[in-house]
Amino acid sequence: MLFAGSVLAILSFFYWTSVGYLTTQTDETINAEIKGLAERYSSDGFTGLRVQIAERLSRQQPGENTLYLLTDERFRPMLGNINEWPDAQQDAGGWLDFEFTTPLRGADGSAGGRVRMYMARGRTFLIGNRYHLLVGHGMRELQEVSQQILRAMIFGVIGAVILALIGGALLRRTLTRRLEAIIRTSRQVIRGNLSERVPTRHSDDEFDELSENLNHMLSQLEQGMDGVRRVSDNIAHDLKTPLARLRNRLEELRLAGSDAEQREQMIDQVVAEADGLLATFNALLRIARIESSGKREAFTEIELSSILRDLQELYEALAEEKHQEFVFEADHTQSLEGDRDMLFQALANLLDNAIKYTPKGGAVGLRMFEQDNETLIQISDSGPGIPKSEHDNVLQRFYRVDESRTTPGSGLGLALSDAVFRLHGMKLGFSNNHPGLCVTVVV
Amino acid sequence: MKPQSMIQLLVIEDDRETAAYIKKGLTECGHAVDQAGDGKDGLLLADSNSYQVIVVDRMLPKVDGVTLTKTLRGNGNRTPILMLSALGEVEDRVKGLKAGADDYLVKPFAFSELQARIEALVRRAEPESPDTVLNVGDLSMDLLKREVRRGDVKIDLQPREFRLLEYLMRHSGQVVTRTMLLEKVWDYHFDPQTNVIDVHVSRLRGKIDKEFEQPLLHTVRGAGYMLSEPD
Repeated sequence: MLFAGSVLAILSFFYWTSVGYLTTQTDETINAEIKGLAERYSSDGFTGLRVQIAERLSRQQPGENTLYLLTDERFRPMLGNINEWPDAQQDAGGWLDFEFTTPLRGADGSAGGRVRMYMARGRTFLIGNRYHLLVGHGMRELQEVSQQILRAMIFGVIGAVILALIGGALLRRTLTRRLEAIIRTSRQVIRGNLSERVPTRHSDDEFDELSENLNHMLSQLEQGMDGVRRVSDNIAHDLKTPLARLRNRLEELRLAGSDAEQREQMIDQVVAEADGLLATFNALLRIARIESSGKREAFTEIELSSILRDLQELYEALAEEKHQEFVFEADHTQSLEGDRDMLFQALANLLDNAIKYTPKGGAVGLRMFEQDNETLIQISDSGPGIPKSEHDNVLQRFYRVDESRTTPGSGLGLALSDAVFRLHGMKLGFSNNHPGLCVTVVV
Repeated sequence: MKPQSMIQLLVIEDDRETAAYIKKGLTECGHAVDQAGDGKDGLLLADSNSYQVIVVDRMLPKVDGVTLTKTLRGNGNRTPILMLSALGEVEDRVKGLKAGADDYLVKPFAFSELQARIEALVRRAEPESPDTVLNVGDLSMDLLKREVRRGDVKIDLQPREFRLLEYLMRHSGQVVTRTMLLEKVWDYHFDPQTNVIDVHVSRLRGKIDKEFEQPLLHTVRGAGYMLSEPD
């Protein structure tokens, strides 16, 4: 309907301007005519004017429809091609709109009986205070043209409405079909089938974009769900084992003799086991809290190089204990908004791992430098490294490269570090150090 | 271990199990413990008695721990307050300390950690000696000259080792936990995966104890370290 309305508006504008143009054209023709007559009158007087009008009347071609009427003081026709002085009022510009019934050529005139009424437009003059002159122009052409335009308009609007209805119905059918595909998929997903995807047509339109976005969202959800499933499996496994050990130790303690020293030792073991479990839970909770929170209120302006110096100071001694070479380079400075303790923890976890996995006599590096306008923190070791295929996996909670899980550690350290870095908008990456592992943090 | 003098304590904790655990442990150490189960009772007791340390849980019925601390400080009560909380993130700690708490301990904690921190708070509340020299046995530390001597022997220490020893000397005769050392000497609240602190303590021990007959720096099993005069 909106479409039909705008078509109507455009056609109306067209009608209005073209009719207006034709009217102006008519007015100009009449003015030229009057000018000619006025010149003749001023040179040859009233007689000259009469001759001129008569000449013009006789010269007039069929289809030309200039109207003349010269009357005496009582409006009785003397010369012209209209039967009587029109009964109409002049407008402000001296123009007269009137109807006339006489055919243009006086010859077959009113005798035929069948006269057509036409609209005409003209101007009147009083000549020599006696004679009235009307010069006008039939509006036949204009009337016909405007009627044709009107007809075209009516057909145009009807056509437009019909086309709009057909187009709308087609569009609706396509929309419904494509929406149904999305609705079908979403129903499947609601039923729990997260692997379902919305079909796309590869037509690059908004529907494909919507479908692709939905599919992307579903993939992420699916990945997330898989991750949750894997993590809960791992939690179950990683916590069940120490819990079982704890329980066994307690049983042993109950059966143990009265040897105070031995009991003390067993109690220490039980407490250590419980502490380990608590540490695991704490780490899990911390990761969850860090991941669920946005930027913290407690963020302050910190200088990374000072954190790195503190790390060096704390951990160099540990590396020296293991006769490892500790390389420290942090001339570059970089300040940022962040949580000092968290960043220290995150970097300490990486450094701790590096020292832990590097054999005696190896080398551990802690560096901060600028590369391609980015500040990088690099922690390298000369340990066994991590195979490239495992690089993405190690950030998962409870993931261990060593499947047997014989080395100590909760398998949460890297996941915690990663969560802290992501909170600070930093990115953790791994590369091969030939030999060993190189962990890079992009600030 | 040198026996500690008796400490007058108020424990404000709504969880009965935890409250009983704290009270039992502290009583066994020879301290006098009063107990309150909610913030309102806690405020009443704190106002009407004089304690050396108040242990307050952050989450309490009626009046929570942060409000209670603020109220006490507002009333001019300067008793050292140790806040316990399950919330361990920096902003939680900052909020607790800003309210006026003197120390902040995240649950769950080892009893030895609580005990060491309570004793440290009592020590801190005593007017700090204006001395510029600290002495433990024949070990002396000149804070102005930044010099450490054991008997007649001058001992060279790295700046951090100096701070570590200073903290131990100021808390001589008390158990100091690894977490306390990390917080007070290194100024970081974090949880080292390996006992990196032990490495530093054993280095310090190598410098102050190794070549001398009487060891001063002791490891307290399951708790931490203690610097104390030989018997």
